[in-house]
Amino acid sequence: MQHLPNILFVLALAAGIGYFSRNIGRLVRNIRMGREVTPEGPRSQRWANMARIALGQQKMVVRPWAGLLHIIVYVGFVVINIEVLEIVIDGVFGTHRIFAFLGPAYNVLIGSFEVLALLVIVAVIAFWMRRNVLRLSRFWKPEMKGWPKRDADWILYIELVLMCLFLTMNAADLNLQQLGADHYTRAGAFPVSGLIAPWFAGLSEASLVVLERAAWWLHILGILFFLNYLYYSKHLHILLAFPNTWWARLTPKGEMDNLESVRREVALMMDPDADPYAAPAEDAPPPEAFGASDVMDLSRVQLLAAYTCTECGRCTSECPANQTGKKLSPRRIMMATRDRLEEVGRQRNASKGDWEPDGKKLLDDYISREELWACTTCNACTEACPVSIDPLSIIMDMRRYLVMEQSAAPTELNAMMGNVENNGAPWPFNQMDRLNWAQES
Amino acid sequence: MADLAAAGRQPEVLFWVGCAGSFDDRAKKITKAFAALLQKAEVDFAVLGTEESCTGDPAKRSGNEFLFQMQAAMNIQVLNGYGVKKIVTTCPHCFNTLKNEYPGLGGEYEVMHHTAFLQDLIREGRLQIAGGTFKGKRITYHDPCYLGRANGIYEAPRELIRKLDAELVEMKRCKSRALCCGAGGAQMFKEPEKGDKDINMERTEQALETQPEVVAAACPFCNTMLTDGVKGKEKEQEIKVYDLAELLAGAADL
Repeated sequence: MQHLPNILFVLALAAGIGYFSRNIGRLVRNIRMGREVTPEGPRSQRWANMARIALGQQKMVVRPWAGLLHIIVYVGFVVINIEVLEIVIDGVFGTHRIFAFLGPAYNVLIGSFEVLALLVIVAVIAFWMRRNVLRLSRFWKPEMKGWPKRDADWILYIELVLMCLFLTMNAADLNLQQLGADHYTRAGAFPVSGLIAPWFAGLSEASLVVLERAAWWLHILGILFFLNYLYYSKHLHILLAFPNTWWARLTPKGEMDNLESVRREVALMMDPDADPYAAPAEDAPPPEAFGASDVMDLSRVQLLAAYTCTECGRCTSECPANQTGKKLSPRRIMMATRDRLEEVGRQRNASKGDWEPDGKKLLDDYISREELWACTTCNACTEACPVSIDPLSIIMDMRRYLVMEQSAAPTELNAMMGNVENNGAPWPFNQMDRLNWAQES
Repeated sequence: MADLAAAGRQPEVLFWVGCAGSFDDRAKKITKAFAALLQKAEVDFAVLGTEESCTGDPAKRSGNEFLFQMQAAMNIQVLNGYGVKKIVTTCPHCFNTLKNEYPGLGGEYEVMHHTAFLQDLIREGRLQIAGGTFKGKRITYHDPCYLGRANGIYEAPRELIRKLDAELVEMKRCKSRALCCGAGGAQMFKEPEKGDKDINMERTEQALETQPEVVAAACPFCNTMLTDGVKGKEKEQEIKVYDLAELLAGAADL
């Protein structure tokens, strides 16, 4: 019976990590439904981008207040994870503060965790105020109704509770250390929990042990819960920001890819020696569709980006179409892509991996044509994204599908394209008049 | 270009005029101003004239990759046929397409936007600009998306404005955070989707906040959108929208 807590701990740990791994497996499977992408350009530049943008938070600080608060929570999250390592070792082996042998270094560690925990609490409260008291407009756009709004608040509540549990645990521990209780070695510096420790000073040793153990257990179970919450939440960005910035494009923002399938067709058309009656080979694969109408037509990078998006809305707040009241919101493009990808994924879970078309598509069922045609391709969204997501590429791939597979461009654009085709200009002017300006005064 | 080629000569640079620069009455003034500057600087340049055709940018941004690549293939044949090495253009959309999207289709050229080209001419001393006409005037500059964010060119146009001895006043949203004029992505050729406001009005309001005497643009489409915006605000008497080539040509009394 002596080892019961250790056994329970190992079981909880295994269940938490196991369930998370299963979901990550599904996430990878879902992303692999997309078109394969080979990373172009120098790898070193990709690593540098990841270090600068994800690790270094470069684009977060474009907005200084949000950037500062975010760095606090980010550094807090990363550093306090060292403490989680100790908790896990203690939990498995039944030890207490296993790293205490580090002596003064341990004091510095615990002390800085505490200060960070306090800063995280302050930042989380500030974040909550920005959403719910100041009500910044990007957090109250139509696509943020319901789950996205609740998700954002819950993340803040969970982080707040975890930090409070951590400090309560330390405060109880400090009291026990001062009482000279068994098992509670004197170790650590407690600059923050030392301030709340007097609240528990009147408690008996037994009550303090209960309090300390309860906070310890709830803290680590809370972390395991949070780990598993990630997959269902916008909060996945804490992991996926890293691969996403690595995979982000290295070419100038203005450059749109030249579709290879179209290049082959055009080369054939321009080739005077091509056999006009040639039939495709018997075993030739069916020609691929142009553009994207569903998540499977998108690239793996685009699908990864959909999971990475944390719905901060910086893209939408910079989008000229959205600012002038149009329906388009680049954030919603990413959210809709993820929702559709998850729907397809759920069906594959139910059917043990196979995918049967369900009569729905990303186009029309999730993203409307009105949204797609409102985009000015100005790249404000891709510039604003702190983790290098490219909503514009999805919009363009879907426009390609509309135009090349469905001939469903708005009438005026059809007229424009007719002009380009017939007289080499988007307006109905004669190509022979191109040089007239040189003769005019 | 055909005449030069027939005479066996290769110009220093090909001026890609673009559709707006060839046909749009407002944009033709930019074309003429830039051509006058090239002549003043004694740049040996040529134009394709009737052999030039749309780069395909509006088709590509509408999703019609076929039409874009057909246009590209034809233009590349013409350009490669003349052995063109260097291109300058007054339109950021042509600039972006020629510079970034043609190389993958067999068209590799050194492509410059006219603001950067003019900056080089001034640096090399081939073109002298005295402030004159615009000295001390408040000028605000609108970054075209396809020059700024798309290709990272923010400084060349600003340096030209400083050369005019004018007072450059920045809008709140400038450089990488500049707001689009509303014309990109083939929006120029269609009515906007339903909303509260037109994008060009929003951008014009941001420009007017700086209380400028001149709004400088570096793109014929931005120019149209902002000119319309200023008219919409009934300010066209006090505030002029000019391309940087026009400002420089005006300062040089061309």
